[in-house]
Parts: sequence; C-alpha cells; structure tokens
Amino acid sequence: MHDVLLAVEGLEAWYGESHILHGVGFEIGRGELVTLLGRNGAGKTTTLRSIMGIVGRRKGSVRFDGKETVGQPSNAIARLGIAYCPEERGIFSSLNVEENLMLPPAVKPGGMGIDDIYGLFPNLKERRRSQGTKLSGGEQQMLAIGRILRTGADLLLLDEPTEGLAPVIVQRIGEIIRQLKQRGFTILLVEQNFHFAATVADRHYVMEDGRVVDMIAAADVAQSIDKLQTYLGV
Amino acid sequence: MLDIFSIPLPALFGQLLLGLINGAFYAMLSLGLAVIFGMLNVINFTHGAQYMLGAFAAWLLLTNLAIPFWASLVLAPLIVGLFGVVIERLMLKRIYHLDHLYGFLLTFGLALVIEGLFQWKWGSSGAPYPAPIPGGYNLGFMFMPAYRGFVVVAALVICLATWYGIERTRLGAYLRAATENPTLVRAFGINVPRLITLTYGLGVALAALAGVLAAPIQQVSALMGTNLVLVVFAVVVIGGMGSIMGSIVTGFGLGLIEGFTKVVYPPASNTVIFVVMAIVLMVKPAGLFGQAK
Amino acid sequence: MINQRFVLAAVLIVAALLAPLFVYPVFLMTALCFALFACAFNLLLGYAGLMSFGHAMFFGMGGYFFGYVVKTMDFPPEVGLVAGVGGAALLGLVTGALAIRRQGIYFAMITLAFAQMVYFICVQAPFTGGEDGLQGIPRRPLLGGLIPITNDLALYYVVLVIFLFGFAAIYRVIHSPFGQVLKAIRDNEQRAVSLGYEADRYKLLAFVLSASLAGLAGATKALVLQFATLTDVSAGMSGEVVLMALVGGLGTIFGPVIGAFAIVAMQNYLASFGEFVLVIQGAIFVVIVMAFRKGLVGEIGDWWRARRKARAS
Repeated sequence: MHDVLLAVEGLEAWYGESHILHGVGFEIGRGELVTLLGRNGAGKTTTLRSIMGIVGRRKGSVRFDGKETVGQPSNAIARLGIAYCPEERGIFSSLNVEENLMLPPAVKPGGMGIDDIYGLFPNLKERRRSQGTKLSGGEQQMLAIGRILRTGADLLLLDEPTEGLAPVIVQRIGEIIRQLKQRGFTILLVEQNFHFAATVADRHYVMEDGRVVDMIAAADVAQSIDKLQTYLGV
Repeated sequence: MLDIFSIPLPALFGQLLLGLINGAFYAMLSLGLAVIFGMLNVINFTHGAQYMLGAFAAWLLLTNLAIPFWASLVLAPLIVGLFGVVIERLMLKRIYHLDHLYGFLLTFGLALVIEGLFQWKWGSSGAPYPAPIPGGYNLGFMFMPAYRGFVVVAALVICLATWYGIERTRLGAYLRAATENPTLVRAFGINVPRLITLTYGLGVALAALAGVLAAPIQQVSALMGTNLVLVVFAVVVIGGMGSIMGSIVTGFGLGLIEGFTKVVYPPASNTVIFVVMAIVLMVKPAGLFGQAK
Repeated sequence: MINQRFVLAAVLIVAALLAPLFVYPVFLMTALCFALFACAFNLLLGYAGLMSFGHAMFFGMGGYFFGYVVKTMDFPPEVGLVAGVGGAALLGLVTGALAIRRQGIYFAMITLAFAQMVYFICVQAPFTGGEDGLQGIPRRPLLGGLIPITNDLALYYVVLVIFLFGFAAIYRVIHSPFGQVLKAIRDNEQRAVSLGYEADRYKLLAFVLSASLAGLAGATKALVLQFATLTDVSAGMSGEVVLMALVGGLGTIFGPVIGAFAIVAMQNYLASFGEFVLVIQGAIFVVIVMAFRKGLVGEIGDWWRARRKARAS
C-alpha cells in the first residue's frame, strides 16, 4: 500500500456539551481520493472540522504526514498542508472573487498558479471583480474549491461540494475533482450523493453515530450495493 | 442668501473650517471604533482616553525630551498602540466570548482609570502645545491658520490611507474576511488572534494619531477625550459601522453641520449631532451606511 | 423557604427602621436614593436585557424637575416628586421610543448619546441654573403640614417609605405576567414576537417604568440634599449606576441595593482622595468584568449553594 498521509485514530469531538464523535478511525494514503459516506448527523462534517481543528473540543489522534495535530490551533494545522472547503462554501461577501481566491496564504511551495486555476474555472476569471456572494451557487462552489488549490496544501477536505447544484454542474465538479486527483492532490470528500461519490472515489468509509463502521473499496461497490443502501437509508 | 441672516462671510467660513477640523477628528475616531468593533466585537470606550494619551505622549516627548511634533506624529501612536496591544493581550482577549456589554464596561472602566490617573498627576486644566506650523494664509474671504489647514489635509490623507489599507490590500482582505468568519480564515492558516491584536493596536494608534494632531489646536488635558468619545458614539450610530467610507463621510459631514449650526444658532451647536442621531433613528434605524441585521 | 424569606424581610425592615440610630441619616438617605436608582436601572438590564448607559438623564432630570417645581414655582414637595416622576417618564418615552429601534450595544450607545444631549441642554437651559445648579431647595412639610421634614430623622422615614414603594413596585413588575413576557423577550426576542407579543411595546413600557423610578430616585435625592446639579445628569453618573448594579449583581433583586450602599460608602470614605475615586471606580469595573461578573450577591449565592451541596453530600 502507498504511504499514509492522514491517519485518524480514536477521534472524539464535542460541540459544547454534545458529544458528536465517539472514536473515529481511518486512513488515507498519499494521492488517494476517499469519501466519507453516511446519513445526516452521522458525524461526517464534524470529522472534517475536527481534522481542521475547528470544533469545540477534541481528543484522540490525527496524524498528518506523521505529525500529530490534535492540540494544535487550526492555523497551525492548515500550515502543515491541509486545506478545507466547508459545506456552506464560506465565500466572503466583503471580498470580490479575486480577493476570495487570493485569501488563503500559501503554506508550501508547489501550489497551482492563479492562471492554472482560472484555466480550470474560466467563469471565475470573467467575474473576478464581482462581489463573491453575487456568484451563482455553482460558481461559488468552484470559487470555494479554487481558492484552496493555490496554497500548496497536499490534502483537500471537501464537504459536500455537489449539494444543491444542478446535475450539469455536479458533473463538471466531478470532472474537476478527478483532475485534481490526477494532479496529485489527496482528497477527503464528504458526500450525501453516493452516485456522485462512486464515480470519483478509490475507497469509501461509512459513518454511523459518530464512528466509522465500514470501508468499501471502489472495486467492491457493485457487490456491496445492498449493504450500502441499508447504511445510507436510501 | 446668507446676507438675509446677516452673517458675515468670514465668520461663516471660520466656523465651517472649525467644523471641518472637528469632523476630521470624528472621522478618524469613528473609523478606529468601527474597525475595532468589526474584529473584536468590542465598542472601545477607551478610545477617547487613548486619543488623550496620544496628545499627552506628544506633549511629554516635547517637554521632557525636546522631541519635535513631526517625530511625535510617528512615535506617539506607536507608544500608545503598543499600550493597546498590552491591553488586548491581558484583558480584552479573555472576554470575547461574552456579551458585547462586558467589553463596553471593561473599556469604560479602563478609560476611568487612565483619565483619572492623568487628572491626578497633571490636573484637569490643559497645557498648551505650540503650533508646529506658524502663520497662515489670507484666502480673501477668510484667514486660514496654516496648521489648521494642515490638520484637515492630514486627516483626509490618514482616512483615505486607512480606507485603502482595508479595502485594497492583502492585510485588509484578511481583516474583512476575519470580520465575517474568523473560524474559516483561521482554518486557512492565518493567525487570527494575532490579527485581532494587531487590529486593536492599529485602531488605538489611529486614535492616538488624532490626539497628536489635536494637541496644538486644543489644550492637552486629561479629559480632552471624555466628551469627544460620546459624540463619536453618536457619529457611529448615525453612520452605521458597516462601511469605512461611510464613517469618513459621516464624520466630516457632521463636523460641517456642527460648524454651520454654530453660525446659525449657536446654543444648539453642542446638541445638533444628537438631534441628527434622533432623526436618523426615526428614518433609517440601521444608520446611513449600515445594513439592518 | 417562604418562611425563611419572610423572616429575612422582617429582619431587613427592622434593621432599616433602627438604622438611623447608628448611622448618619443623610448617608442612609443618599444611599437609599441611589439604591432605588440602581434597582430601576437593573429592572431594565436584568429583566428586559436592555443596557441603558444614559440613565443619569432620568435621575438628574428628576432632581431638576423637583427643584424647579418646589423652589421656583413654590409647590409643596409631594408635587415636586410627582413632577420628577412625570418629567422623567416623559423623557423616557421620547428617548426610549428612539433607542429601542436598535439593539444590543447600539442601544447602550444611543442612550448614552441622548443623556449627553440632555447634559448639554442642562448646561445651557435657564431653568437648571447652569454650572451652579439649583441650590437651597426648601424642605417644606409634606401633605399640607402633616409631616414636617426639616428634621433629618423624620425625613429618613419618608425616604424609606419612598424607597420601599419603589422597590415593591419593581418586585411586583418582575413577578407579574408583564415581567414574564419581558424575560421571554430578553431570552429570545424572535420567539416572543412569533408568539404574538409586540416586543417593542413591552420594551418601551419597561423603559418608561425604569425611567420613572429613576426620576423618583433623583427627585427624592434633591429633596434630601436640597440641591440638583449637573453631576447627576452627567455620563459619570450613568456609569456609576451601572457600577452599582454590577457590583451588587446584575439581574438579582437585592444586588443593586447592596451595590449602591457599597459604592456610596466607598465614595464617603475615599472623598479625600479626589480624582483617585474615579481611578478606583474604574479599577472596580475592570476587576468585576474580568473576574466577578456575577457581583456580590451572585458570587455569595454561588458560594452558599456550593457549601450547602457539600454539606448535603
């Protein structure tokens, strides 16, 4: 197997008094594209936020490239080379498109150049002087993905990038995610839309009640489809 | 038309110039308040005291070390800004998670302590600060003391520079973004707590810079910022704290209105800004440049 | 529990009745006026969630109205008190209607700004006596000569009755259905509105009530000390009442009373320090906000409960 980039072990997390994660464990190899599947409230988003260090309190172990990150503030975690694209996209309304795109500071050499990113998302170039939140939902999603490609981060955490988007845009985002994998990015993708996830991922982890309960490799998806449907309640 | 009120033109322009100068201070101070509030969620009641500290620092540097005005213009904001950084690190930092009210009360208490100490040490009567640019120009319709003209121009430059810094630079983009969503900005690798400290330091330095500029115009005294900060609160309510340009325009505009009132109906000049505030609250409660939340 | 409370109230009232035998009555009367003022402020902050930073305008104007009616217009003191309350209520209605258009910290800034406006008006207006204020307001007998109040001890009991009246009124308001709605608005305004309550009307009524009682406190203080000055309408006074409520404990019933006595006593003892009193007051603000946000009553209550719990287990 390839070398492990992210190793999560016994991860627990709290929001205020509520205990959301109860010992999450999984691994991602360098260059892999892995999804977290599960029903609403299973703890997928919280897992991403815990890796990023932006939950109330967390415990356990999250090692990135061999370095322990639990106990570090989120700005230090980002500097190790992890970039986060939140579910609500987090486009800043007081910044224009280009300012949004340029906001995350470079954390390592080797990030994509701005022209490369505009090549990937031509719409953004056209609208680079518009206010960030004036873009359409699809464009905002592309902006949210685009802006974390510049920084040189190796691991991208993408939280439901297809949520609420038209099928043709979902398809486009699928193509982009595949391209990013080809460029060597390691990607952890949270998805509700299993059909979308199945088209891009190497492996799937299934979450239930704040734990990872199963792992299914892409090759085994066809024969595990019944099991998956029970997990996801579709 | 002005002849109908039988107001001599030089008097009118004289008051308008005074109004413009007051407006310059309103603009600089409300700008700092708005930037600090955006990042820290704290209404900095100490702002008036920090303005006074700027003037005092310049005066002390001059009388004790013979450091001239022009050097104080840099040194005094630096000293007072660093003092602000200490306050943020030691106190404000610990209360961000609480209701806005506590920040207001804490900074009010700090203002009392600072102003009280200076009053105790130096009394409440002011000390004069010599005008760094003597003389003036006869503009035909009025006499313009050179330093006052300088203050108006300098304040405009400072305000526009602040606007540029916030709206057009990378640091400004961090600031705007962190005002909206500090958690996400931090997750991008930016040290937001340090950015907050820096913002407070800069806002305080801006107040101190206004204080240095004010020193040669007003007497340098412990209570010079006490009433001013209250007027600036009204300015902030009128303008709304959402827009940098809005704060600048509101500040200068209200100064002019105040100056004009001094000519037309002097007894109301102290209160006219509050009357404007009442009218704005009736017509547009969120403030002229504010967004309703 | 009911019994305990009854005993406590009885002890406090007996203590209040006997207090002037041991303590200088003018000090007690001043403290009672400030206690009523602080309770009125606390009604608004503690139970309606509105922090007014301009309450001195009601307190100070209550005093001016009283002084003007009694001294210049020659009316008896009871008319002066009514004028103080009515004037403050009217001022509260106007400023409150504007201030409640904004929330949170803006509300505090707006009330502060209006108070500053009132202050500037008082500096210039002829009826306030400007920098000198109204001095030598006569102490004429109350109720057509029934109660002579030239004697401090007699006046003390009058002031005590006024205070108890105000305190009881606040207690009634807090425990009435109106008070319950106020608390609901304080905790979640949107929810209260969705339940059909017109939040703004409740807030305004609370504001006017609080202003009236602050006016009563100010008028009573003018009756006791026989003067009304700019100090009582100044921003410093607005800050002082916040400090009293904060020291005692925001949102507690007795907190403001205890806070007022503590601050008035401190000012008496430290009067010789001049400007340093302000420094100390500021320092108290800082210390309380940093470390004792519940105030005396709140912190002692916590300690008491913790002790009881420890004993029980």
